[in-house]
Amino acid sequence: MNERVLDAAEPGHAPTTRRQAAFPPRPAKSKLASSFHTPLWHRVAERTIAILAMGAIAAIALIFVFIAREAVPMFWEAEFAEEVQLRDLFVAKEWRGYEEPVFVWQPVGEPSKFNVVPLFVGSLKVTLLAMLMSVPLGIGCAMFVALYAPRAVREIVKPVIELLAGIPSVVLGFFALMVVASWAQATFGFRFRLNAVVAAVGLALTIVPVIFTIAEDAIQSVPKTLTEAALALGARKYQVALRVVLPAAIPGIAAGVVLGFGRAIGETMIVLMASGNAAVMELFDFSTSVRTVTATIAAELGEVAQGDPHWRVLFLLGVMLFAVTFVLNIIGDLVIQRLQKKLTAT
Amino acid sequence: MRYTKKDWVLAGLTGMSLVVILLLLAVLLGQIAWHGAPVISAEFLTESPGADMISGGIWPAIYGTVFMTLLMTLAGVPVGIATAIFLTEYASPRSRTAKLVRIAVNNLAGVPSIVFGLFGLGFFIIFVGGSMDALFYDDSRPVWGKPSILWASLTLAVLTLPVVIVTTEEALRQVPRELRDASLALGATRFQTVYKIVLPNAKGGILTGVILAVSRGAGEVAPIIFCGAANFVPYLPTDLRDMFMHLGYHVYALATQSPNVDAARPTLFGTVLVLLVLTFSLNLLAVIIRSRSRAALRP
Repeated sequence: MNERVLDAAEPGHAPTTRRQAAFPPRPAKSKLASSFHTPLWHRVAERTIAILAMGAIAAIALIFVFIAREAVPMFWEAEFAEEVQLRDLFVAKEWRGYEEPVFVWQPVGEPSKFNVVPLFVGSLKVTLLAMLMSVPLGIGCAMFVALYAPRAVREIVKPVIELLAGIPSVVLGFFALMVVASWAQATFGFRFRLNAVVAAVGLALTIVPVIFTIAEDAIQSVPKTLTEAALALGARKYQVALRVVLPAAIPGIAAGVVLGFGRAIGETMIVLMASGNAAVMELFDFSTSVRTVTATIAAELGEVAQGDPHWRVLFLLGVMLFAVTFVLNIIGDLVIQRLQKKLTAT
Repeated sequence: MRYTKKDWVLAGLTGMSLVVILLLLAVLLGQIAWHGAPVISAEFLTESPGADMISGGIWPAIYGTVFMTLLMTLAGVPVGIATAIFLTEYASPRSRTAKLVRIAVNNLAGVPSIVFGLFGLGFFIIFVGGSMDALFYDDSRPVWGKPSILWASLTLAVLTLPVVIVTTEEALRQVPRELRDASLALGATRFQTVYKIVLPNAKGGILTGVILAVSRGAGEVAPIIFCGAANFVPYLPTDLRDMFMHLGYHVYALATQSPNVDAARPTLFGTVLVLLVLTFSLNLLAVIIRSRSRAALRP
């Protein structure tokens, strides 16, 4: 608890500099000004630090406000109302030429069809596929490293996974597009070269490090007393692993999965390059390619005029994406925090 | 301990997942190195691309990436370090402000990169740039309110902020408490302690954070698609308001928008290799500095 010692605002923990010792600790309000006789520029610098430290909070707020600012005029703008009905963004509609109500995202169609449902379905589809690949891999790898691997292997695997986490997503997208796609088509005979599976492989490569790191931490931090007690009772190593360590580490592993999910659903370059969204216009053919929320924003925003209804809808997609990942992050962090509290308590 | 049969099964199954991951990684690196290395030459690294984007070199993209990352570092690192100092040295961990900052940092790290792109466009270009144009220029043509290297760098500075904060915080925490206590006991003010004792001792760790942020920022493409990266710019950016070429964006544009992807293959692999070498060497440097500075602080 280093920082508490330095905090003059906490009674009983006031730094006992000579000057300060003569005064009672300052009331709990001011966190910064530490002593009365510090030079002015120290106080200016400390103030500056405190103001700069609010940068992260400001950033989050600004991100939300300025994305929403481009989206919300859709609720009152006449230009928007002329072209798009708000309910058509979310509800199926029977467009001319269709025989039943459908969900369609077709911004260049006549009339433009902006239904966001297929995009979110696409995002979910690719993300779930990627999770199916990466969750077993990540957890398995974490269990192996934490429970069975000799120390030497552990020392190598951790930096290697960090290396994997450091690969830019555009490189992973390129890999999926150039290498995985050709290989998968030759092996499984996909009708379309770029499809959800290919993109999911690329995505899985970004999520594995997230899940591995958090799961490994969670497994490592299961108290030794638990495993030793089980071993002393005559449990086999695999029994300890599956019935003691894994259940105790489940919250941490779950947090890793949630954060990995958030990462995957927000990933842009890989799905943009490898899910085949550019060529295929049929969004409901789920066996082939998909178009995700992120890829749609990235691919279409460049060609839209500012303030256009299409522009507003794309920013709305951004707001929704932000909201989804925000909630996922809060959940993941809460679980991790609770876990840490529990572990430090024992 | 003696392993039973079931132990071997479990170890085998979990070990398999490690093998799969390592294999995938090996294929990825192997393919890129194998196809990319023959392309790399002095000309490839120092010349501009030809009109077809495929022939010639990628020098403007390298230059643009480095220039942008430099600007990003200048803008983002001071804020990141100040936040970390505030969190470790000044704020009580239980205070509401510290908690809020921490939540904000964690969430900032999880915001999708494309959302940062929208943010850069909506805030920096339209709001800040647009306001500057409205205030200082009568001309209807945008001067600041358009994509440029400045706005791309600032957007990425916000994106990499959490990396700087988290690593710097870790570095500050590793400075032994006794050093601070000794400094305070000698009558130094708290700011003097931070400035003369804590920061110099955490130098290595802070540098690690900066390098990791640079590596992350250099590889991000999604945020800069609308904020200033361009397919092809005939000149090197010299002004903050210029658009620029970028290694990652170059890969994206060539791989998805080129009329003849097969002809672009060698150039693509070469560019990817350069980008990978750039980010990996930065990461490696960060790991080395981190382990050294940790060793130095160990009693």
